[in-house]
Amino acid sequence: MSLNWFKYSSPQTFFPLAEKLALAFGAAALLACAAGLYIGFFVAPTDAQQGEAYRIIFIHVPAAWMSMFLYVVMAFWAGLGLVFNTRLSGMMASALAPTGALFTFLALWTGSLWGKPTWGTWWVWDARLTSELILLFLYFGFIALQAAIDDPRRADKAGAVLALVGAVNIPIIYFSVKWWNTLHQGASVSFTKAPAMAATMFAGMIVMALGFWFYSIAAALLRARCIMLERERTTDWAIQYAKGIA
Amino acid sequence: MRKSGQNSPPHRERCISQAAKVGSLEAVDLKCTRGERTLFAGLAFTLRGGELLRIAGANGSGKTSLLRIACGLLEPAQGVVRWAGENIRRLQEEFWRQLVYIGHANAIKEDLSAAENLQVACTLAGLRVREVEVREALVSLGLAGRENLPARVLSQGQRRRAALGRLALSRSVPLWILDEPFTALDATATDCVQELIAGHVARGGAVMYTTHHEAHISVRAALRIDLGAI
Amino acid sequence: MTTALRCVIFRDLLLAARRSSDVLTVLLFFVIVVSLFPLGIGPEPVLLRRIAPGAIWVAALLASMLALQRVFAADHADGTLEQMLLGATPLGVIVAGKVLAHWLATGLPLVLIAPVLALQFDLPQELFGVLTLSLALGTPVLGLVGAIGAALTLGLRGGGALLSLLVLPLYIPVLIVGAGATEAAASGLGGHAQLLLLGAFLVVAAAFAPWAAAVALRISME
Repeated sequence: MSLNWFKYSSPQTFFPLAEKLALAFGAAALLACAAGLYIGFFVAPTDAQQGEAYRIIFIHVPAAWMSMFLYVVMAFWAGLGLVFNTRLSGMMASALAPTGALFTFLALWTGSLWGKPTWGTWWVWDARLTSELILLFLYFGFIALQAAIDDPRRADKAGAVLALVGAVNIPIIYFSVKWWNTLHQGASVSFTKAPAMAATMFAGMIVMALGFWFYSIAAALLRARCIMLERERTTDWAIQYAKGIA
Repeated sequence: MRKSGQNSPPHRERCISQAAKVGSLEAVDLKCTRGERTLFAGLAFTLRGGELLRIAGANGSGKTSLLRIACGLLEPAQGVVRWAGENIRRLQEEFWRQLVYIGHANAIKEDLSAAENLQVACTLAGLRVREVEVREALVSLGLAGRENLPARVLSQGQRRRAALGRLALSRSVPLWILDEPFTALDATATDCVQELIAGHVARGGAVMYTTHHEAHISVRAALRIDLGAI
Repeated sequence: MTTALRCVIFRDLLLAARRSSDVLTVLLFFVIVVSLFPLGIGPEPVLLRRIAPGAIWVAALLASMLALQRVFAADHADGTLEQMLLGATPLGVIVAGKVLAHWLATGLPLVLIAPVLALQFDLPQELFGVLTLSLALGTPVLGLVGAIGAALTLGLRGGGALLSLLVLPLYIPVLIVGAGATEAAASGLGGHAQLLLLGAFLVVAAAFAPWAAAVALRISME
């Protein structure tokens, strides 16, 4: 099996595979998200305390899960690229970052939308939202650093160091924010005190999470294809491909 | 306190020859890309003790990049550099202890005096040098009376001389890699540096350098690589 | 190895002493930022007493960040950093020495002047100890973690702002725990837990940050 992995570790061979995978995962994402939204908006019961407004949890929580998961995956690929000096790993990490940032923003935005009808404010300094905000800054930092470096290899390696340092810090950040939140008793609102999970609610969130996950894979693969073309634009296969589309 | 007759330079020179037999700089299949351009590819050479290697080429042909790859500062796109048979990327400090690199930048802090700069440079390179030796080195490069002035007040040529003063203190270091050492130097200083280089090669050291001047360094084994012609 | 370490620390302190305006500017920045809070929020004593630890800590954070550029940029510009990469001592050791000298020159003055600024906020005197100690433990952590950011952004355009974006999220736990120490002491709970946690941060940062910064330096210097 190890032979198979390394066969796809060069941009040239991975490029066509990425397209096929992206289409497959994209289709799967559409299905899963449709199913998840259906469960979330039509099947799951109305909550006793929060009424219909709580339904945004079906987007908010999976998005939050994805944002943290994608950061770890991004750090993993970046670290792999740093240690083994593989070009493709660095490209995957760079491709994942914008999607991760998107989900973080989505989590923040839906959190805000949830807060307004439930607690009357557009923003609540609760532990999870604050951690998500800091995570967004971490993503932006990664993207900004890579954007500021012209040499792609230096950008990959520098981004890898930053992503790894960030990944190590995420638990520290999360726990210190949680601590901060409990110290300052003012915020008795908390998204963790969400409605008690009925089985259908949980199922809905899982399905949405799967949908988001498939979407992330598809988006990252498509973005990685663009990065591959850009970086390898002087190689024969890329020139052939560009001529083929033109 | 060392007695003046017991500096034993022959001992140090013997050490270099022995080390140089073992320590030779070997480059295999080097490829360097800067941005999108491939500066050179498939470059290979071996530099042994007692040899002088000059890297020649037009501006932008990759001379500085090649020197930096040879030092281990820059990773080549392909290929490997070995010292005494081992990859320099693995040797790291062990290799650097046997290397003096003088690049384009003088590596002189403006707020320190020339003597302080040399003292720090040598300590960080792992050489034990006494104040007297530092002063002697600076004097031999024509900076007598200016050793204790802040480097800020020295002219470009004087700063370059102060930077090259390190060579006078690095007689026991087998490999010298010099990037345009003669820039900003006047004729006297150029002669002095050429003598230092020739002396080092004669003692069994290896020197790799680039220059735009036609240098007259008399050694027994002189090699030359022309970049841009590859 | 210790010779080289002492050499680097001494060299950096000597340079800081000869260019003391650099160091003083950071200190003045700290003082000014602290003074901005009452100007922006209003001089109500009760309010000021409440925000004092937080305000002083935020100002210390910003001042530390401002000073970060000094760690590597000057050495990078004149070529001495390159020589350190080619030195006989592991780069992590040299970075640790530079960060220590940097803290002695820019962080320690902040720690020493903090009680004076706390007077401006009418912070009760029994809290001065906790405040100073929290800063004494926290500012080295800021320097160590910041050094990684400074190494990553070496020579890049966007300089200071980019560095802030990278480093501030990583500073947040230190801020929360550091300011929390004095607040906990103020509410009678005692700041021991936070101080111990800061100590733990310091130990972990001192162990790993120099090495990470060394890796980042080699990447930036290629």
